[in-house]
Amino acid sequence: MTYVRDVGALARKDLLLELRARDTLPAMLLFVAAIFVVFHFALPGTPSKLETTGFLWVAILFTALLGLGRAFVPEREQRTMDGLVLAPCDRSAIWLAKSLATLAFLAAAEVVALPLYALFFHGLGGAAVAAVILADLGICAVGTFLGAMAVVTRARDLLLPLLFLPLAMPIVVGAVGATVVDSPGRYLGFLALYDLLFAVVCWASFEYVVAE
Amino acid sequence: MGRTRIPLPALAVSSVVLVTTALAFVFFVAPNDQSLGFSQRIFYFHVSIAFAAYACFICGAWQALRHLWKRDPRADLASYVCVHQGLIFGTMVLITGSIWAKVAWGRWWIWSEDELVLFLVLYLFYCAYFMLRFSVDPGPQRANLSAVYALFGVVLIPVSFSAIRLARAYFHPQVFTLHGPNFGGWILVTYCMAQAAMLVLAYTLYRLEIGGKRLDVRLRRLREALA
Amino acid sequence: MSTTEKYVTAAYCVVFALVLVYVLILALKLQRLEREVDELAGRVPDEDTEQAPQEPARVG
Repeated sequence: MTYVRDVGALARKDLLLELRARDTLPAMLLFVAAIFVVFHFALPGTPSKLETTGFLWVAILFTALLGLGRAFVPEREQRTMDGLVLAPCDRSAIWLAKSLATLAFLAAAEVVALPLYALFFHGLGGAAVAAVILADLGICAVGTFLGAMAVVTRARDLLLPLLFLPLAMPIVVGAVGATVVDSPGRYLGFLALYDLLFAVVCWASFEYVVAE
Repeated sequence: MGRTRIPLPALAVSSVVLVTTALAFVFFVAPNDQSLGFSQRIFYFHVSIAFAAYACFICGAWQALRHLWKRDPRADLASYVCVHQGLIFGTMVLITGSIWAKVAWGRWWIWSEDELVLFLVLYLFYCAYFMLRFSVDPGPQRANLSAVYALFGVVLIPVSFSAIRLARAYFHPQVFTLHGPNFGGWILVTYCMAQAAMLVLAYTLYRLEIGGKRLDVRLRRLREALA
Repeated sequence: MSTTEKYVTAAYCVVFALVLVYVLILALKLQRLEREVDELAGRVPDEDTEQAPQEPARVG
């Protein structure tokens, strides 16, 4: 029970920081809107639903990367990571809380982005929304983990996309598949399996990322 | 380490002998494939190098696990050398695969070849491993981060493989079978030969490289002690 | 030689060349290590005279 309380406290701290500073979420919103406009001009002619679906997922992935790159910046700038590691809670709680906070930002960005996509390009079905939710879980779980890794390196923000994109390839497959085929069950199941598998791996190995 | 190890010269000689024999088998003993003809001969080395590369990646992850679990100081270096070796073999896989695509389809890259696409993803993943490793200062933290990322690699292999299989349903509905019914006799013998040659070659190179790396570490310590 | 045969040969040559380059790099590294060992050995002053007084201590 204390674990849940720790996670809640840590996640609340991140959300509170964002509410006060307001630097991540507006950037994500602006980015996703701008990228839709760029996509419109990058696609000659009238793009089919299939093509714009691909672009929707590129947009989501890059927007998520923007948020993930910022996730551990407060810890780095204010050097609070040492404090968090020393706090009497399980280290994996840090990862879980940060993932939840990032998930909240990404979900908030998508609440705006998906209607915008429907307005600019094509409407989305229920399977697409389910795919977005499942993909978000995977993106945030793996992305936050890699963000914690990238932040201690010299290359910092530069490294996160390089680490993240090869790992995100299965997410894209599952998400695009679920959005475009008639019976999306297999793809949604695959996404759920990915989320579960990588969540367990991240949860179990986060301790080694933050501890020396 | 208390285990007795095969001496390096013996390994080197056996890898040279095995590779030469495998090459002779590939070009002079194995019969032409009925459907693919002469071009199928690329596969003997292409596939066996790919398996050797997988073996390297899996070995790297195993050593990474040993580092995290038992805090064995030699495991970090071993894990890094394994991944390095895997990346070199991976380069060969991509190049031979690309040449094969050119022969079979007239193009240098073909997305419908699952194994090749999987390898490209893994290749990018392990290139990122190098970027990660070289942007952290040497020390326990670098060892930990590398080990964790190497462990992600073995999780990624099956996940990516099934993802690529799934993606096929919305890209290429047709199914290619390469080693179909006629995979036996001399073809099998040649393939096993090539596989053994590649595994022994990989192990020899691994031993060579890790020997050099360990020497380097000891030398550095010695210099620090003398300074 | 047909085009297919050329490509197959090219593939094997590429593999061979890559392994060769790798072995070459390893050899160069080994050479550097050897040089460094020589350099360190040069810094140790006169091994033989230094070890001589230590030897008789073990008698008996």
